[in-house]
Amino acid sequence: MRVALFVTCVNDAVYPATGIATVRLLERLGVEVDFPPGQTCCGQAQFNTGYRRETEPLVRRMGAVFEGYDHVVTPSGSCAAMVRDNYPRIARKAAAEGRGTELGEIAGSLVPRLYELSEFLVDVLGVTDVGAYFPHTVTYHPSCHGLRTLGLGERPRRLLEAVKGLELRELPGAEECCGFGGTFALKNPDVSAAMGTDKVNSALTTGAEVLCGADSSCLMHLGGILRRRGDDLRPLHLAEILAGTEAEPYV
Amino acid sequence: MSGTFVGMPAFPEAARDAVGNTTLRANLRHATHTIRDKRAKAVAELADWQQLREAGKQIKNHTLRHLERYLVQLEESVVRAGGTVHWAADADEANRIVADLVKATGEREVVKVKSMATQEIGLNEALAAEGISAYETDLAELIVQLGRDLPSHILVPAIHRNRGEIRDIFREEMGKWGRAAPDALTDSPAELAEAARLHLREKFLRAKVGVSGANFMVAETGTLVVFESEGNGRMCLTLPETLISVVGIEKVIPTWQDLEVFLQTLPRSSTAERMNPYTSMWTGTTDGDGPSVFHLVLLDNGRTDTLADEVGRQALRCIRCSACLNVCPVYERAGGHAYGSVYPGPIGAILSPQLRGTESEIDASLPYASSLCGACYEVCPVAIDIPEVLVHLRERVADRGGKGHRLEKAAMKAASWAMDRPGVMAAAERAATRTRRLHPKKVPGTGAWTDSRALPELPEKSFRDWWKGEGR
Repeated sequence: MRVALFVTCVNDAVYPATGIATVRLLERLGVEVDFPPGQTCCGQAQFNTGYRRETEPLVRRMGAVFEGYDHVVTPSGSCAAMVRDNYPRIARKAAAEGRGTELGEIAGSLVPRLYELSEFLVDVLGVTDVGAYFPHTVTYHPSCHGLRTLGLGERPRRLLEAVKGLELRELPGAEECCGFGGTFALKNPDVSAAMGTDKVNSALTTGAEVLCGADSSCLMHLGGILRRRGDDLRPLHLAEILAGTEAEPYV
Repeated sequence: MSGTFVGMPAFPEAARDAVGNTTLRANLRHATHTIRDKRAKAVAELADWQQLREAGKQIKNHTLRHLERYLVQLEESVVRAGGTVHWAADADEANRIVADLVKATGEREVVKVKSMATQEIGLNEALAAEGISAYETDLAELIVQLGRDLPSHILVPAIHRNRGEIRDIFREEMGKWGRAAPDALTDSPAELAEAARLHLREKFLRAKVGVSGANFMVAETGTLVVFESEGNGRMCLTLPETLISVVGIEKVIPTWQDLEVFLQTLPRSSTAERMNPYTSMWTGTTDGDGPSVFHLVLLDNGRTDTLADEVGRQALRCIRCSACLNVCPVYERAGGHAYGSVYPGPIGAILSPQLRGTESEIDASLPYASSLCGACYEVCPVAIDIPEVLVHLRERVADRGGKGHRLEKAAMKAASWAMDRPGVMAAAERAATRTRRLHPKKVPGTGAWTDSRALPELPEKSFRDWWKGEGR
């Protein structure tokens, strides 16, 4: 099984620990992981801001870089959703504009092979207990793309519940958006910050030590609010929690 | 807030006031959360909800595909039943038709059933300019009208007001328009409702002309349908001698039987009721029963243009239930007025820029008034993929290169250029991490971000450098 890691641009540049944790976790589970260095970004920010044509070179790059791998795994729900939901749309529009079927072929090949991390663990590897150890209280924020676009459902929770030592605390209003939304956070800063503040406040009511998510951009936004306010709640990616074991604690 | 939506600032500025208004935010949060929880329970009672949703979507899509045919059939049916049909290309034409019809009766007053279409075209203001008073009879619309306010929700136009504010409006304003509110009026819901009832009863009994919209128009029979909760609509639809209905052309459905789907989905989605308390239906005129004169004004006002857009046209499936408003986290914080239209919330963000075009600042900002969280799509009873249309309209706005977008486009192009070159991206990452100790706490262009959020600290090494360093 040839598995490629699509680490995403945000994780590459800002949160490498998420990528490293994903590699360690997958390797512990016996998966041979490759990191094709030609990868960059899925184009989500451009596409969602209205620059569809500008994403086309990135779609081509994603297709070329991950060609030949049985599975492509990414520790980002929103990037997985971008590929799954929007690559076929981008391809259809390009075809409608008379620019051929090339993008359609790329989307058709890539979409069924690309998995968000928790999907890959539960659906492909068939594990929910990954042998992790994390002796802390945790509350989980299921980001919108994971929750609604990908339909991750109970997968992340089942993975967390199986972690030894971990106490999972219910996040009130978990399904509500944290207010990041890519360039939304820049274009509508007041509303975005109000949403993020409400999310942070409900996470704080749980009394958990860690705010876990499967999307680094949401965690960046919430982490930014937490640090600015000096609140004592640590944002952590799901991969980082699943990567640690009793013999080899990750964090 | 008073007057008109015209000339509204762009959404981010308009939203700022609401975000800072704690009373407004508390009112909105309480109301939207209450109704969203009730809706979820009402919908969960139906095992075939997803099938009903799909059926509603298909009925609407089919009708829109053959809109011309069904509108002609509707016109024939209405005329056969004794009504008169008028076609209005835009708001001005529709307003002129209605004003002329009212003037022809010799009346100077009309009672109104709550209607989005008449608000969309600014009918009350147009009638006022002709010396005709239009009285809103829906309780929430009455509150908005008496308060010289603007509606902020499709279904609950006064959602932004609490009981105390409503009592003050009734006390101060009712007497200027008719029967005054009692001096000792408190903010108890029963007393407020009774004051409104007495005030309105006078108007119902006096009015010779009623003006309504319609939720549906049945092509095969020429029947118009209004769903409502208070019974005021039925008073307006049955008591006056003349009834004028102004309805968007997308409200037609082919057959009587198609109603069965919407009779189930609309009330549950909007008011979380299994069935709405009053479903009024009228087909032309009947001697000795109800209005003796019936006019139907079919309103285009941007709908044909919207229909021409392959992605955007799904917005015309909307049945105005407002479920999307009640689950929208952006609406909850920004309030309805920030959307600068009678159609606020997620549906407003895709409908207004299509009906009105994206030339004004407010319309160009609406497609960005969403975090694309998808909650609106999930609850929509006719499965309008609102996030898809938002992004589609963002492209339209960006392509026009309006305010700020030329620079943004250059930045997006530059980002795509760099991201299509892994070497460039890696070099940029390395340069950024090497100088990370020198980075200011605020980076130019991120002012809005750093007002309330700390920027993340960059790591010592990017992931790709770690991978290389591991000798892989």
